[in-house]
Amino acid sequence: MKILTGNDLKTGAVTWWTGEGWSLHVAEATDVGEHGDEIAARENAARRVVAPYVIDGENGPDGPRPAHIKDRIRALGPTVRLDLSVKPADPDAGSYVI
Amino acid sequence: MVETQLRFRDDEPAGDPAVTVDSFGEQTNASAVRIEPGDDARVLLPHLDRIRLVEVNFPVFGDGRGYSAARILREAGYAGELRAVGDVLIDQLAFLRRCGFDSFAPEHPLNAADAEAALARYPEVYSPTVDGRPAIWAKRHGLA
Amino acid sequence: MYKYDSYDQAMVDARVAEFRDQVRRRLDGSLAEEQFRPLRLMNGLYLQLHAYMLRVAVPYGTLNSAQMTMLGDIADKYDRGYGHFTTRQNIQYNWIKLEEAPDILADLAKVEMHAIQTSGNCIRNTTSDQYAGAIADEVVDPRPYAELIRQWSTFHPEFSFLPRKFKMAVIASDTDRAAMRLHDIGIQIVRNDAGELGAAFYVGGGMGRTPMIAPCINAFVPIDQMITYSEACLRVYNRHGRRDNKYKARIKILVHELGKDEYTRQVEAEFAHLLTQNIEPPLAELERIKAQFADPPFEIALDETVDRSDPDFAVWLDNNVQVHKAPGYAIVTISLKPVGGIPGDASADQIRLMARLAKRYSFDELRVTHAQNIVLPHVRKADLHAVWQQLDEAGLGTPNLDKIGDIIACPGLDYCSLANARSIPVAQKISERFAGREQEIGELKLKISGCINACGHHHAGHIGILGVDRKGVENYQLLLGGSEGADTSLGTITGPGFNEEGIVDAVEKATSVYLANRQDGERFLDTYRRIGMAPFKDAIYAKDAV
Ligand code: HEM
Ligand code: SF4
Repeated sequence: MKILTGNDLKTGAVTWWTGEGWSLHVAEATDVGEHGDEIAARENAARRVVAPYVIDGENGPDGPRPAHIKDRIRALGPTVRLDLSVKPADPDAGSYVI
Repeated sequence: MVETQLRFRDDEPAGDPAVTVDSFGEQTNASAVRIEPGDDARVLLPHLDRIRLVEVNFPVFGDGRGYSAARILREAGYAGELRAVGDVLIDQLAFLRRCGFDSFAPEHPLNAADAEAALARYPEVYSPTVDGRPAIWAKRHGLA
Repeated sequence: MYKYDSYDQAMVDARVAEFRDQVRRRLDGSLAEEQFRPLRLMNGLYLQLHAYMLRVAVPYGTLNSAQMTMLGDIADKYDRGYGHFTTRQNIQYNWIKLEEAPDILADLAKVEMHAIQTSGNCIRNTTSDQYAGAIADEVVDPRPYAELIRQWSTFHPEFSFLPRKFKMAVIASDTDRAAMRLHDIGIQIVRNDAGELGAAFYVGGGMGRTPMIAPCINAFVPIDQMITYSEACLRVYNRHGRRDNKYKARIKILVHELGKDEYTRQVEAEFAHLLTQNIEPPLAELERIKAQFADPPFEIALDETVDRSDPDFAVWLDNNVQVHKAPGYAIVTISLKPVGGIPGDASADQIRLMARLAKRYSFDELRVTHAQNIVLPHVRKADLHAVWQQLDEAGLGTPNLDKIGDIIACPGLDYCSLANARSIPVAQKISERFAGREQEIGELKLKISGCINACGHHHAGHIGILGVDRKGVENYQLLLGGSEGADTSLGTITGPGFNEEGIVDAVEKATSVYLANRQDGERFLDTYRRIGMAPFKDAIYAKDAV
């Protein structure tokens, strides 16, 4: 599957395209199929996102998961500061990126 | 031909179309020349007395060679019009001005108020150039 | 320390207003990201892996306590309670909001700080010796010269769109503590036989994918022509540096392709011309700046003895304290490398504590080192124990300066969008593995980069580690034999790479070879240079005995 991601223009937060808007959680991402670039251009022009790009993903038990480790770290947060990640309470969260 | 949006001179603009640096050498009557980023501005130095307009092209604003070209011409005493053309943006205006440009023909017209604000932004300058503004060190030591 | 006058203050204030206006135009759509990007970069604002990142300049690494306190307060107010000190003597914040960036710059300006030219293809923050003004081996304090360069390079109209970034370092002693020859321009302030000061210019060094050690192109530029000579070096680069390929755009490639002699010839010709342009600040300006770097009022006849009866304190003394030029004083390096910690990170509370210690014990001064540590440059020997106790309580008392645990590591794939692999977890595992054995191993500079850009100086580590991407999996190459002192050398790759566990084991094997072979007083680097790569390679790649 193809996932569209970027950062929120104002806050810089990593965001994922859900089909209707942008979420902080990759699990809510949607498969954009062939339309990634088109949505990216539109959302970029509307200044709802900065530096959007399309990545490969696969469907896992918890929803979409980026295929490359870099985007999995983007989805989670720094593995060396899990307290600042999207799963601060889960001591094993780092295993997600491997 | 893109319009000159900002001009800081009182004389009549040169009428001739600008020729390339290469053909300038052959056309002994040309009075306007256009410098591309890879051109050596110094080849024009023997001919400065017959040049009324030098256009310096910025195909992309991030290519800063034109700043050196402009200063080299001014340092050699060129007093004619020096026009920045191409990808000329608001936030480069002040630097361009300091390197000796005195007219601007941006590919995409600039917001006039923003351009004016940008040109007036810095009250002082740290480094002297050809624009005659005294450096901060000159003011500190009563040299200006 | 340098104090802004109304001119300096007006310049940074104008910069804040300008950036506020640029952010406004970005948010209202009049600036597209392609146009805004170079503008935000020139204010140190990157878009990184998780958010915007702000890099704040610490010119030549010198801070006072009010500035350091502000850095801590910014970490709390605008970030997530910490900052990362970098090898270029700057500090980075990782969780910045674009909307708030102008307010941060305004707060910085209140304490005479800024983020000007901490990124972008312009002249970056000029770095220097972290012991400047405190160490006996310097010809003069190099910082006034660095400040002169700071002012000259700030908003330089001709050199703000160079082919690539441009980094300068200024030192003034033969012991190079600033990796001077690995900069685009490295300057060493020297004195000639006639007793006059001059600047030796080393041009075209750098790390990245093609590491090069800068050659000396002029061994003595009279000190009152240093700025003009710099201008000449830059103009030749701006005109002729490659712009067709980002990876070949640094000045080191130009110097290499033209040859040192031809590059020097062009610089000298440009220099001769520029001398007619009167662009050099007068010596009176240098004197004005120098007066502000005058020694603090050191007390005389202080007690030289230090009570070493506390063994932990004694270990710290032997590791982290250097001889000061003034009797009765010492130079303290605070390690930001606790065992298992994140190299270079400090919490807001730690930052403020270091500021308080500087105010009370170090004439209000701190330094950031290129090894990502903090220095209190002027501490009375009589106060060392009190300083150590307060540091130790705050987790800042690790006694490991220049030891294997004092690792330089770039942010790597945990924070950096250019990374191939994570650097920090490798640093953490190595420092944990060797905890307790650091003293036995002695001086060993280990440096880790998460990709070929070499922000972690891996080429210059006695042991270097480079993160690479092997088919989507993190992989690490090992280098041996680099150094960045007066004996600058580049490391050599041992062979095939390793996974995370494997690289830690490989480092262990390399240190074992050293321990087995070292002769009296040899550091790891000395032994490596004497016995060569082969024994290390054999041990590292030996098939495990059954
Ligand atoms: C996380 C954001 C960062 C990015 C995007 C970044 C990017 C880069 C790039 C692209 C280069 C290679 C330049 C070239 O060879 O042309 C480089 C070099 C370098 N960076 Fe970084 N860097 C980052 C963080 C850091 C940090 C945290 C440090 C200090 C720990 C640092 C210090 C350096 C140094 C010392 C060099 C090598 C010296 C040189 O050749 O310029 N950078 N960086
Ligand atoms: S070396 Fe690479 S991974 Fe590390 S900070 Fe620099 S660009 Fe990022």
